[in-house]
Amino acid sequence: MKPLIQSAIAILIVGFMMLGIVWKLEQGSASGTTDSITVYNWGDYIDPDVLKQFEQETGIKVIYETFDSNEGMMGKIEQGGTNYDITAPSEYMIEMMMEKDLLLPLDHSLLPNLKNIDPYFLDLPFDPANRYSIPYFWGSLGIAFNPTLLEGQTFESWDNLWDPSLKQRVILVDSAREVVGMGLNSLHYSLNSTDPDEIQEAMDKLALLTPNVKAVIGDEVTQLMVNEEAAVALTWSGQAADMMNSNENIDYIVPEEGSNLWFDNFVIPRTAKNIEGAHAFLNFLLRPDIAAQNTDYVGYTTPNEAALELMDPEVVEDERYYPDEEMREHLEVYRNLGLKNLGIYNEYFLEFKMGLQ
Amino acid sequence: MNKSNFRPWYMIPYMIWIAFFVIAPIVLIFYYSFFDITGAFTWTNYVDFFKSTYLILTINSFWYAFLITFFTLLIAYPTAYFITKTKHKQLWLLLVIVPSWINLLLKTYAFIGIMGLHGPINAFITALGFDQQQILFTDFSFVFVAVYIFIPFMILPIFNALDQLNPSYLDAAKDLGASGWTTFRKVIWPLTLNGVKSGVQVVFIPALSLFMITRLIAGNKVITLGTAIEQQFLVTQNWGMGSTIAVFLIIFMFIIMRLTATKEIGGKKHDKVK
Amino acid sequence: MTKLSKGPKIYLAFVFLILYLPIFYLIFYSFNSGGKMSHFESFTWEHYAAVFEDTRLLVIVLNTIIIALFSALISTTIGTLGALSIYFMKNKKARETVLSLNNILIVSPDVIIGASFLILFTMLGVKLGFASVLISHAAFSIPIVVIMILPKLFEMNTSLIDAALDLGATRKDVLKRVILPYIQPGIFAGFFLALTYSLDDFAVTFFVTGNGFSTLSVEIYSMARTGVTLTINALSAILFVVTILLVVGYYFISKRSKTSIAGVKR
Repeated sequence: MKPLIQSAIAILIVGFMMLGIVWKLEQGSASGTTDSITVYNWGDYIDPDVLKQFEQETGIKVIYETFDSNEGMMGKIEQGGTNYDITAPSEYMIEMMMEKDLLLPLDHSLLPNLKNIDPYFLDLPFDPANRYSIPYFWGSLGIAFNPTLLEGQTFESWDNLWDPSLKQRVILVDSAREVVGMGLNSLHYSLNSTDPDEIQEAMDKLALLTPNVKAVIGDEVTQLMVNEEAAVALTWSGQAADMMNSNENIDYIVPEEGSNLWFDNFVIPRTAKNIEGAHAFLNFLLRPDIAAQNTDYVGYTTPNEAALELMDPEVVEDERYYPDEEMREHLEVYRNLGLKNLGIYNEYFLEFKMGLQ
Repeated sequence: MNKSNFRPWYMIPYMIWIAFFVIAPIVLIFYYSFFDITGAFTWTNYVDFFKSTYLILTINSFWYAFLITFFTLLIAYPTAYFITKTKHKQLWLLLVIVPSWINLLLKTYAFIGIMGLHGPINAFITALGFDQQQILFTDFSFVFVAVYIFIPFMILPIFNALDQLNPSYLDAAKDLGASGWTTFRKVIWPLTLNGVKSGVQVVFIPALSLFMITRLIAGNKVITLGTAIEQQFLVTQNWGMGSTIAVFLIIFMFIIMRLTATKEIGGKKHDKVK
Repeated sequence: MTKLSKGPKIYLAFVFLILYLPIFYLIFYSFNSGGKMSHFESFTWEHYAAVFEDTRLLVIVLNTIIIALFSALISTTIGTLGALSIYFMKNKKARETVLSLNNILIVSPDVIIGASFLILFTMLGVKLGFASVLISHAAFSIPIVVIMILPKLFEMNTSLIDAALDLGATRKDVLKRVILPYIQPGIFAGFFLALTYSLDDFAVTFFVTGNGFSTLSVEIYSMARTGVTLTINALSAILFVVTILLVVGYYFISKRSKTSIAGVKR
């Protein structure tokens, strides 16, 4: 009995001491303000210095929380019990959140810096007139490959992935929309197709790809490509940028048949308590100098035209990061297909994965 | 002894826990399992479960859970046994648990590096003059990492069972001329069976619903019920189907518990004999 | 006590090597100036410096440890009481049912536990944050504690209790002096595995946290998309070294104090 009680007391003492330290640390960073906003974003998806700068300039404290998937984020906001002032959904999730009435309309008079955004990225079908969202980063879906590990194969088209010489060498991303979409794209169908025949045809074609598939994984693809563990991967431009930063051998292309154009955006969810502060934060992020600094930190592609002038010209002129207009024409934004179609895509994708090996 | 005398207030916290954190979630899961993706009442989730896809997943899950449990036990039992024989056994036992306190995702990333084509294992293999081996994204890597994760959970209960084994039994067995193997089979194993059973429960049951490493380490070449549930809940947003699979997992678990419970009484009888 | 011969020693060394291999790998790359867990470029301390500059990260680490310690303590207490309740149940059927109910949280995937706890908390009006995370961690660790303690209880020689009662001990005395000391190893095992559950959990915490409260797991998983930084490796290395020092230090201190009051333990 005695050792049990002694241990319990020891744990309590240590725990409360730590609580004291936490309290002390949080006191130090609060710097006397009561005004605060809560930002809910992907992990490590903003420059911490930008947050600090914002706090210094406005006196608004930023509480930062993170999520790892669009769906998880929406689930939390839908259920309530939180007070996030800002969150960062991808474009298809915005439509879903609009449908569920989870977003607050933006007050454009509080966002004068919105003029810095390239008009090409405004007023997009998923959010007409940017009533609810402002674009944060954007990019494409394509093929990352490492020529030093290959025997001269080149990549221009999705069909190149079916090349028999790539047996067990292709890594796919673990996401139904992307993989099924690639199948549809390679047949020159829309990646928003809901036509059962088209989808079936795409799945039949994808079934032929299985001998080439080395693995279907998530974000770890970056590590695998950088390690030269894999030679070819279906991936997003943002992750491709990460790969190219760490391993110069890697290259990235967007196939000629077309592909997906994605956006991460900032929105103000229904749970917001400090709507004014949230607008101030968004406007701050849209400032050219801040956007440039943040883009440099994250390494993704910014839609902020004014920021481009402040950035390293070498990056801005790199077509892999900043594709020209002609290339953008081939890209298609995901539309919300409704839960039912999403279910069909996922059922098919599950069967595809079960056919691997 | 009249056990009923021992049933005062202290059951209360545990029963409250069961009510709020076990019964309530089951009711919720059961309730959700009758709705389809659009929120309409339906039986189809239960019908769909018996389609080939989910039956194959069920068989897969059981097969891998069995493999994982088997190898975990195979490695954990001797480890626990040898640790009881070391000088600082409590310390060594703690050192078995410490690695499990480092974040699992990080360790999984480390395994991706270690098992990779350019990782230390392949460096060793090529140094011996063999060809590079594809270790990642295979059944082997999956079972290996799963065993790695579960080992402390198996070692602890077995260690506890072995540690309080009365040494006089062993001496008696030795005096009676039993060989090492016979002593183990007739004396040590039966007396530690309860510990082993605990270990098997805390390995086999969660192994049925493993999901993260099916993707990271097996590259989705192994798919289990856990993977399917995760996908239904998070990606497809089909809570109905996800809940239905969970209902079946719970049923499977009840069956497993029934099967091990009958033996438990045997274990108890054995106790009485001594 | 028989001394270990060479074979078992090699076996143990091998098992421990495997157990610690990924951790050494992580620590090795925490010194990489290259910024990724591959291609070691040159030695640097910069990732360690980054850990101490990031107060937010430090708060998260401390919160993680506090939650782990407190939730393990709570779940060990309730779990011990639960194991005793199950042990003293007269009805065999009832016992088996409760034991099966006990294991439901072990078999349920984390997403389901997280989602249903979130629904439960919002229904009850519990504010999401420290309290909801603490309660959830305690809740999902209870079953493992029960499973660790039960075999010890069933192993216990009932004649021990009977003898004590015959000698005039009260039930409270029996509990304090006979039962608890006997099941103590099970209680400690349960506590340590509860710590493991708590430190490792991502999905449940993700769902039930809120209001700026975060744990290390949530932080690391959310970093996956943009790549986990080596700061996290450095942080894990620091935590690992501190833990090892604490464990070894604690062991030898408690060992010494025990020898001075020898006889208590055995």
